[in-house]
Amino acid sequence: MLLKKHIIFLLIAIFLSSCSPKKEMSFYDDPGKPAYGDTMITASIGEASSLIPILASDSASHEIAGYVYNGLVKLDKNLNIVGDLADSWDISKDNLTFTFHLKKGVKWHDGKPFTAHDVMYTYKVIVDPKTPTPYSGDFKEVKEAKVIDDYTFQVTYNKPFAPSLISWGTSILPKHLLEGKDITKSPLIRKPVGTGPYVFKEWISGDRVVLIANDAYFEGKPFIARHVIKVIPDSATMFLELKNNAIDTMSLTPLQFTKQTNYPAFRREFNKFQYPSFTYVYIGYNLKHPFFKDKRVRQAISHAVDKQEIIDGILLGQGMEATGPYKPDMWVYNKNVKRYEYSKDKALALLKEAGFEKGSDGMLSKDGKPFEFTILVNQGNDVRIRCAELIQQRLKDIGIDVKIRVVEWASFINEFIDKKNFEAVILAWTITPDPDIYDVWHSSKQGPKELNFMSFENKEVDELLVKARHTYNKDERKRYYDRIQEILAEEQPYTFLFIPYANLAIHKRFKGIEPAPAGISYNILKWYVPEEQRRYKSNAAVSP
Amino acid sequence: MLRYLLKRLILMIPMLLGITLISFAVIHLAPGEPDVVGAEMNPKVTKQMREQIRSLYGLDKPLYVQYYMWLKRFVKLDFGTSFTPDRRPVIDKIKERLPITISINFLSMILIFFTGIPIGVYCARYKDSIADKAFTTFVFAGYAMPYFWLALLLMMFFGVYLELLPISGLKSFDYDELSVAGKILDMLKHLILPICVSAFGGLAGISRYMKNSLLEVLRQEYITTAYAKGLPESMVLKKHALRNALLPVITILGFSVPGLIGGSVIFETIFAIPGMGQLFYMSVMSRDYPTIMGILVIGAFLTLLGNLLADLFYAVADPRIRIG
Repeated sequence: MLLKKHIIFLLIAIFLSSCSPKKEMSFYDDPGKPAYGDTMITASIGEASSLIPILASDSASHEIAGYVYNGLVKLDKNLNIVGDLADSWDISKDNLTFTFHLKKGVKWHDGKPFTAHDVMYTYKVIVDPKTPTPYSGDFKEVKEAKVIDDYTFQVTYNKPFAPSLISWGTSILPKHLLEGKDITKSPLIRKPVGTGPYVFKEWISGDRVVLIANDAYFEGKPFIARHVIKVIPDSATMFLELKNNAIDTMSLTPLQFTKQTNYPAFRREFNKFQYPSFTYVYIGYNLKHPFFKDKRVRQAISHAVDKQEIIDGILLGQGMEATGPYKPDMWVYNKNVKRYEYSKDKALALLKEAGFEKGSDGMLSKDGKPFEFTILVNQGNDVRIRCAELIQQRLKDIGIDVKIRVVEWASFINEFIDKKNFEAVILAWTITPDPDIYDVWHSSKQGPKELNFMSFENKEVDELLVKARHTYNKDERKRYYDRIQEILAEEQPYTFLFIPYANLAIHKRFKGIEPAPAGISYNILKWYVPEEQRRYKSNAAVSP
Repeated sequence: MLRYLLKRLILMIPMLLGITLISFAVIHLAPGEPDVVGAEMNPKVTKQMREQIRSLYGLDKPLYVQYYMWLKRFVKLDFGTSFTPDRRPVIDKIKERLPITISINFLSMILIFFTGIPIGVYCARYKDSIADKAFTTFVFAGYAMPYFWLALLLMMFFGVYLELLPISGLKSFDYDELSVAGKILDMLKHLILPICVSAFGGLAGISRYMKNSLLEVLRQEYITTAYAKGLPESMVLKKHALRNALLPVITILGFSVPGLIGGSVIFETIFAIPGMGQLFYMSVMSRDYPTIMGILVIGAFLTLLGNLLADLFYAVADPRIRIG
């Protein structure tokens, strides 16, 4: 009996010791020389849905597709449009026709040559009414598309439309594998073939996607030999995996960035990067509401809300004040707009001007109606819920009674936003690299399911938005958007709150990372791991 | 017996139909529609495109027509294609995840039965001893503890501090390069934490059932008789008491059949295990009606089957019960 017990213990001991801890090097500070090899493991909360990117709208799918496919154009690190599969392009004098001159010698991952016919196919399948894609809007403006020769592609628009050039950044699909077949049933959804820097290797459902460097990539073979995108649906688990060195990079919450990663062992292993993310968070008002109709009321609230307090208290300092719908490192950003510093006195003065009076209980009212409203927030977004709480407190200080209501996302959209059944909301918009913001601010966009749900109407903004999207002249566009930003700052249809920082931890063995307005991944092909710092050696020579 | 079985099986059909009807109605009550292509709050999606997509999925038809269409496919055992952009057949999605969930649940159920029953027996035999109280506290702690929290603590302890066990997933990164033994060891290592955590929560139920049922039996007169005729205690316990006390456990076994395919969302999410719970949760969140219905129907079918099996086993195990 005793012997039996001992054997069991022995077995357990052998088993556990076979799970030996990994040894780690500690010389990652040496920049070393660029070398081909190693693997980068990233994690994604959600699993990709479809690797034909025009069919998918989730970021996990697009991240992977970004490695596998190319567009005709792309954005450089300063968000300028540069050629990708297109070497260059001409714009006709009337601004209606683009002629793309395509790169020669580009090959699909299966070895077939890439030509203008692939571009034509991609265009046709996007505008095909049978294709369930959210991206056909921009391409519906095309009057005519034609293939001039194998390496020249021409499109003509009905009217000049500035965002159309970047729309050609859409992933170009291989005609020879897709034409004549139902794209929604194509095997390429699970097994994509592109022209991009990485070749798809495998997709294990619910687990991971593996990509391998494309030796024949037209910009040169990427240094990092393999990319693995793992699915880890829980962010706490993901963070443990990062600390455990099982994944190489992850975006961190403000708390993780400032406190939980601030210990020597982590700093030895990881670099942290930070840049303004492409989002801004705002309080949006229902401008049909009797109180919010008056711009002085909106301005007063903007004065009464302490943005810096929100950034310091909720984002732990990991964000910047927003003054309008763009971020400061974009060319379109106008820094000379009216700002609303935190000031109770100014807020109260504006409200008094607007006809509000303080009652004996310290609360404001107008014509006998007390100033009270509800801020609607969607469930699951902790930052916005806590913002609402701080705002509630600040507005109570000046005598406005704010209630907070947290609603699940689908009902939030369907029952409240679409039916304009709200007083104020806290929401966020993604900032697109192209400054066109017509869909959010033009007065024609107030229908159900359209984005001007707060019913903003301003004739001058309407005109400027139309003018700005119909010219390709950057200086001219800048003038229009500068004016739009001034008007929005004056009118305060939103109280622009903040732009959160994107916080990233990346393992120190990856070199060549330089944050820029476009983020950090724009030069991911140039990232490298010096040979002596390589971690996953056995796969260094893997080729497709 | 055979007639009884047939009757029960035939009765299951209207029951199953009723379940599908109610399920179908309930999932359509939730606000929102399948966000098939990220149409919500997306400036690039025009109204016309939204309508077009809805009609592609048949969502523009009245609900009863949609149900009828679903039913027509279902009687041919076709669960349809998923509404997610990959448009895969629902049955494929389920098939790919089912083995993972079943094997994890099966292993943890074995662990539960093989530790829970002895604990129950021990607690009944040495009722009110210190060990009994300690075991009771232990199993109730397991029952009461939020297991995502326990899971995270264990992951931190075994994964980050001791670096003994992997934290999440089912296979290591270098799985493909391992030898066969290495592969098995690798899988086992990945399974230890999930199975232990999920079994820990289930111990309380089975051990308490076992204890109470055994105590009940031990009070019976035939046990006194057995003692009186001078049988050794182990004989009394094993031969006379335990066999009778195990009867209610069969019922629980029957009830846990549908549980075999239903994964837990929180649990699978934390351990990054691609199982049924996650699939169901994601389908509900994206209003992927065909997948939701597929999972619900399979679950309902297994529940009915489990109940039937429990009844049948009862008849086999307990001669006092006669069916037919």
